[in-house]
Amino acid sequence: MFIIKCPFCGERDQSEFSSGGEAHIIRPKQPTELSDDEWAEYLFMRKNIKGVQFERWNHSHGCRKWFNMVRDTSNDIIHAVYKMGEKPPIK
Amino acid sequence: MKFLYCAAQLEIIEYSILIKYFWQNMKNKYSIFSLIKNAFSYHENWQRAWRDPEPKKEYDAIIVGGGGHGLATAFYLAKKHDMRNIAVVEKGWIGGGNTGRNTTIIRSNYLWDASAGLYDHALKIWKGLSQELNYNVMFSQRGVMNLAHNLQDVRDLKRRTHANRLNGIDAVWLNTEEVKKFCPIINTSPDIRYPVLGGTLQKRAGTARHDAVAWGYARGADEMGVDIIQNCEVKGIKRNGDCVEGLETTKGFIKTKKVGVAAAGHSSVIANMAGIRLPLESKPLQALVSEPIKPIIDTVVMSNAVHAYISQSDKGELVIGAGTDDYVSYTQKGTHNIVEGTLKAILELYPIFSRMKMLRQWGGIVDICPDASPIISKTSIKGLYFNCGWGTGGFKATPGSGDLFAHTIANDEPHKLNKAFNLNRFVSGDLVDEHGAAAVAH
Repeated sequence: MFIIKCPFCGERDQSEFSSGGEAHIIRPKQPTELSDDEWAEYLFMRKNIKGVQFERWNHSHGCRKWFNMVRDTSNDIIHAVYKMGEKPPIK
Repeated sequence: MKFLYCAAQLEIIEYSILIKYFWQNMKNKYSIFSLIKNAFSYHENWQRAWRDPEPKKEYDAIIVGGGGHGLATAFYLAKKHDMRNIAVVEKGWIGGGNTGRNTTIIRSNYLWDASAGLYDHALKIWKGLSQELNYNVMFSQRGVMNLAHNLQDVRDLKRRTHANRLNGIDAVWLNTEEVKKFCPIINTSPDIRYPVLGGTLQKRAGTARHDAVAWGYARGADEMGVDIIQNCEVKGIKRNGDCVEGLETTKGFIKTKKVGVAAAGHSSVIANMAGIRLPLESKPLQALVSEPIKPIIDTVVMSNAVHAYISQSDKGELVIGAGTDDYVSYTQKGTHNIVEGTLKAILELYPIFSRMKMLRQWGGIVDICPDASPIISKTSIKGLYFNCGWGTGGFKATPGSGDLFAHTIANDEPHKLNKAFNLNRFVSGDLVDEHGAAAVAH
């Protein structure tokens, strides 16, 4: 259980949010030219990092807007929150 | 006279050999006799169930992860494939991960042929497991009932009973009255938020004591010479090109040509060390138990739609399974609202429990595959095998999973029962989609 600072609404309980999984997975520009391996990579393969991970979250029971988050999955500490389209504030 | 004396002496020697053999055998075998023998010494002289060895320099194979699946794999590698120079490395203590954290439900009523084959293979081994291991795993075929709460549930569950029966798996459809008769404490009133419209019953299904499964397999494997090395965390996988050369661990480098990974929630962490990608996400799954009470529920009841499942342990605690959180986390915690949602459903279905106190709540990290089916597979690296992706339902498969994973490692080829559960299915698209269809509780 943790508190998330929505970039639009401020601090709210995590239960108001839904996780959208790993961030910065780029949708293929030419889907018709993708091989099966590339499709598998895009659709299914995930980093699933134990440690600092970049994620998408949605404030589903609030403003319903999407945003990005940097979170340590080993202790659930949030390092940064940033809007969609923005560059991650930490590497 | 002299002759008679000699004969008597010979007989005494023979008897003493017999007695010695008997005692030795008793020393290793748990039985009523060993229980009586140890009672005379106030149970202070029981032999260790398994050794605590330091790692050797080299093994023929190493299993990463000392949970049920890993230990079962080592057991069957030694027993069926005669690979005795092997080890299990475990970063904590054996059975301390998901093996000791699940709600101990065992069933095989899965929809698809591949899953039915896999899980029923396990169920068949469960039946004779206590005898095979000489260790009481308290396997109890008390039946598992899956409730339907809406029309789509009814259709799905009926379809599943038909599919099960075509695969030789026992399954029956029960209407609401029959559900009530089988488990009288269920509230079958049509006025509740999600009324009980019926359910399926697998009578061969049930529960087992999860700790005993880990300990029984550990003891059995150790007896055949398998080294079980606890407090030994894998830090890296050494490769020579596309072949495995050994493991870097907190107890030093161990050489081996074959590594079988059964690391559940931490599978992706190990995969990253080897530089391969897995389609997994690790999420917290919670469970809780109540204070112990007298026997009240003699079966297992699962409700997928409202996400509540319940059974009663032999100690008398109600064992309640909650759901997963939707975000990746390795914290073995979970959020309160998940538990709250489950308890709301439990109270609506079983109003009799409204004044029960919950004793303990805990979380485990489950590795979930996109198709909710496991992976028991070779990888692109020679000598590296993965057994993962069991998600929220791996315990029931423990013996079958170990058996098939051992086969895959020993022969470098999958068994026909785990062929469909290869890593390549995410490339070919030949998924075993058990998500909504098979009463897989998520």
